[in-house]
Amino acid sequence: MTTSKLRFDAVYKAYDRNLVLRGVSLDVQEHEVVCLIGGSGSGKSTLLRCANLLEEINAGQIYLNGESIIAPGVHADRIRQRIGLVFQSYNLFPHMSVLKNITFAQQIVLRRSRSEAERRAFELLERFGLSDKARAFPDHLSGGQQQRVAVVRAMALDPEVLLLDEITSALDPVMVGEVLNVIRELKTLGMTMILATHHMGFARHIADRIAFLEGGEIIEIGPPAQLFDAPHDPRTKEFLDRVLASE
Amino acid sequence: MNPDPVEAPRKLSEAEIEALLVRPSVWKRRDVQRSLLIATLSTVVLGALIAYVLSESTGWDAVRRSFLSWHHFQEAMPRVWDGFKLNIKIFLIAEPIVLVVGLLLALARLSRNPVLFPIRAFAVFFIDVFRGAPALLVILMLGFGVPGLRIEGLPREPVFWGTVAIILTSSAYTAETFRAGIESIHPGQRAAARSLGLSNVRAQLHVVLPQAIRNVIPPLLSGFVALQKETSLVSAIGPLEATRQAQIYAGTTFNFTSYLAAALLFAAVTVPLARLTDHLLVRSGKSRASGGAV
Ligand SMILES: Nc1ncnc2c1ncn2[C@@H]1O[C@H](COP(=O)(O)OP(=O)(O)OP(=O)(O)O)[C@@H](O)[C@H]1O
Ligand SMILES: [Mg+2]
Repeated sequence: MTTSKLRFDAVYKAYDRNLVLRGVSLDVQEHEVVCLIGGSGSGKSTLLRCANLLEEINAGQIYLNGESIIAPGVHADRIRQRIGLVFQSYNLFPHMSVLKNITFAQQIVLRRSRSEAERRAFELLERFGLSDKARAFPDHLSGGQQQRVAVVRAMALDPEVLLLDEITSALDPVMVGEVLNVIRELKTLGMTMILATHHMGFARHIADRIAFLEGGEIIEIGPPAQLFDAPHDPRTKEFLDRVLASE
Repeated sequence: MNPDPVEAPRKLSEAEIEALLVRPSVWKRRDVQRSLLIATLSTVVLGALIAYVLSESTGWDAVRRSFLSWHHFQEAMPRVWDGFKLNIKIFLIAEPIVLVVGLLLALARLSRNPVLFPIRAFAVFFIDVFRGAPALLVILMLGFGVPGLRIEGLPREPVFWGTVAIILTSSAYTAETFRAGIESIHPGQRAAARSLGLSNVRAQLHVVLPQAIRNVIPPLLSGFVALQKETSLVSAIGPLEATRQAQIYAGTTFNFTSYLAAALLFAAVTVPLARLTDHLLVRSGKSRASGGAV
């Protein structure tokens, strides 16, 4: 058996006494794209934040390339660089230009020289149609452009896995398209990704596997065709009926 | 410029649009002139009214003689100015220290690392004490109290202890200003910085603090104004700063114009600072209204 790229092993996470993840286990293979779907509060964001070590888990294990990322002595900052995270609310740094947003962590975390960091930044900006925005400040960009910059910022650190948390939820429909194109492009590049999303159509199209979460548990996981068209669990079916009816 | 209301609205020519973009103020010039005129008129009228009422009231002459004597103003000014140099010196020494100590206190207070608990507790205690106590009290306590201890190696000059007292109280206030600024930064900013692999300290230094400090520049400047005025309190323990000089002059001549001289000197420093604060506040308000960062 090959080791999976990212692996969650019975992960439990509670905020105070509120148990939000109840023994989540998930294997993500290299180059695989897994979509997390599920209602509000089902734990999608929490799962991604735990993988990025922004939250501490209460029990369980998380492995990157077969090595625990939460064992004592692991350099958490180093792990965060290897597992990129993009937020729903972009969280670009408003006091820095787009270019600086993308280069400054490279210089500090990867110790790249400035020219090296800028070369990498322009390479990515160009690929995602943003090269004319390098000198702009975030608040002069549209939401879609800001979110694409946020993806570029995460990608510039050459992460091994990219986590995307509902990165289109704050956008209007036109901009959703341009951001989804970015994800499509990342998939063709072979990026390993986990994305939480509300776009069932897009999830079906982009994902290798879909995981349905409810109440902090993965209720069902499988290829899109199976999960969407022939869900095994009645809870999955009920969720899909509800969501697809409102779409 | 002022089209006849009956006329159908006319579209602007390219040249007019160009002119508009180069100098948009042209359109408003008439309005500006009008409001300037009105403001001047109303000021003159009000001023005349006040002058009339004052000059008619009994006792005005006495007031003018003891508070507004040009002769005593000229006499007192050089001494008061001499004292004022000390106020400026205290301000210039204290303010940078206040900014640094205030920032460190705020960071200590906001630290979440359990190892730093004693430091956090100290910061809370320090801020509570020195924000709660009147500045004058602290000045008296340090200025008279510490030299009285006769501890070897400690300076004895009242100016030194007065400055220390001012630094302590102002730092406590400034710490709270910085804390408000840091807390105003959305937690997503820190999360984003951490998610890129930056350490806690780096995230604070490169992402949170630059934004936080920019947000609190106006209240910090207000603190500058307050500190500049507080320097006059050290007069209570002896140093011959402007207020003390004015007091001495008034004490020997029984004329109070020297206080006016001192007040004018303070105003000459604090009023521009206050205007700058207003200006920055308006600007930040505007850019916030348009959804931009300050
Ligand atoms: N920082 C926090 N402190 C306390 N409770 C939290 C915190 N973050 C999330 N929660 C709780 O954890 C649960 C799961 O939240 P999470 O954000 O992971 O859900 P989600 O699936 O991402 O939902 P959504 O689709 O609305 O984004 C919710 O009940 C939420 O209230
Ligand atoms: Mg979420």
